Amino acid sequence: MSELSVNHLLGIKYLNKQDVQLIFETADHFKEVINRPIKKVPSLRDITIANLFFENSTRTKLSFELAEKRLSADVINFSAAQSSVKKGETLIDTVNNILSMKVDMVVMRHPNPGASVFLSKHIKANIINAGDGAHEHPTQALLDSYSIREKLGEVAGKNVVIVGDILHSRVALSNIYALKLQGANVKVCGPKTLIPKYIEKLGVTVETDLRKALQWCDVANMLRVQNERMDISYFPSTREYTQQFGVNKELLDSLDKEITIMHPGPINRGVEITSDVADSKQAIILDQVQNGVAVRMAVIYLLASKLKQ
Amino acid sequence: MSQKVLLNATAINIILHRLACQLIENHNDFSNTVLIGIQPRGSFLANRLAEVLKTDYKIKDLKLGLLDITFYRDDFRRGDKTLAANSTEIDFEIENKKVVFIDDVLFTGRSIRSALTAIQSFGRPDDIELLTLIDRRFSRHLPIQPDYRGRQVDAINEEKVKVHWMENEGEDCVYLVQN
Repeated sequence: MSELSVNHLLGIKYLNKQDVQLIFETADHFKEVINRPIKKVPSLRDITIANLFFENSTRTKLSFELAEKRLSADVINFSAAQSSVKKGETLIDTVNNILSMKVDMVVMRHPNPGASVFLSKHIKANIINAGDGAHEHPTQALLDSYSIREKLGEVAGKNVVIVGDILHSRVALSNIYALKLQGANVKVCGPKTLIPKYIEKLGVTVETDLRKALQWCDVANMLRVQNERMDISYFPSTREYTQQFGVNKELLDSLDKEITIMHPGPINRGVEITSDVADSKQAIILDQVQNGVAVRMAVIYLLASKLKQ
Repeated sequence: MSQKVLLNATAINIILHRLACQLIENHNDFSNTVLIGIQPRGSFLANRLAEVLKTDYKIKDLKLGLLDITFYRDDFRRGDKTLAANSTEIDFEIENKKVVFIDDVLFTGRSIRSALTAIQSFGRPDDIELLTLIDRRFSRHLPIQPDYRGRQVDAINEEKVKVHWMENEGEDCVYLVQN
């Protein structure tokens, strides 16, 4: 198996176990590449990639751009804020205009769930979903699993708890798909108002007591409270949220084992995790960021290789 | 499909010792030289040669690395299959060193062209030499020639040279395969 089963990375939902395995093995090689004195390979020198960001992003955008540049692809960047989208242009028109400039791949973040799936049906280029609303964020889930694999050896059989705003989180949904695909046990933990009904249908269990969840898990993935997506009040106050679902050093030290702490960023320090936890040895938050570049290089490389000349 | 034995185990062993001696002639104690096996097939020859140098010729502190050239190849997106990568293991400095590339068969020269680009990512070597077990004459696409060669072979394009190693295929042997 040296080829992905898909032509686009729209979500983890569309991948199989071998795809994930292939992406990780390829990422291992790229991780070695980005630790060399010269961190660049010429593989994609004849490919042009458009990064279309219809929603704000720091980490993901930088990470994708760096991954593309390390593969020697030509990169064009687009953010909705400074574009004709504001003048009323439709998504397909915007993207087709960009593609007529001979672009081979599109990396897109969009506030509407399903935007990348929609686009893949209407345009020719290969599409990588860099987050679509509250739907999926596949490369984040891949780099999270990759980081677990790096830290704990493998993902299968590990207990992973995802803590926080599950309802609005594309990271949570993609992570659940990815972890289940690889045979991990997944629990979600958060205020009842922020846990979707019927989430058990995805094969996860629900826990509302953070201490119990942490006691059970090997890895805790702490999500950010997404104030920008909350149209109503889901919990009484940030202070109360922190008291019930925030992780601090005392809580971690009171467990009878050392668990691994992850966070997709950006961190609200003092809300979902305290600074001393975020900066502790147990946290692999910065490893996640480093692995993000290698995993995205692997995804881009594998999808580009399906673009035949 | 028919195949003919080009080199048997004894012949390979003699050639390994000759190549080792030729390397020693040019590189003395290897204090400023590193051996780089080209992945995947060159790694077997590189390991074997390093073993001969260490045990039979008492070379100490021999530096041996493996270089993968997948991401530097010029046929990306041109074949039917995605090119699968191998590991690169170079845990020493390349800068100002004499580098010896080691590969089993030199055919078109394109792998070596890729390797020349790939090695630059690790620094600027003083010079680079090429050692190959089988040199297929008259088949080069690029102006690349070996500095050390085990055996020169005249084979037409339809023929294939297959190198088998004890540690991988269970025998030391070089075959000329005709389709």
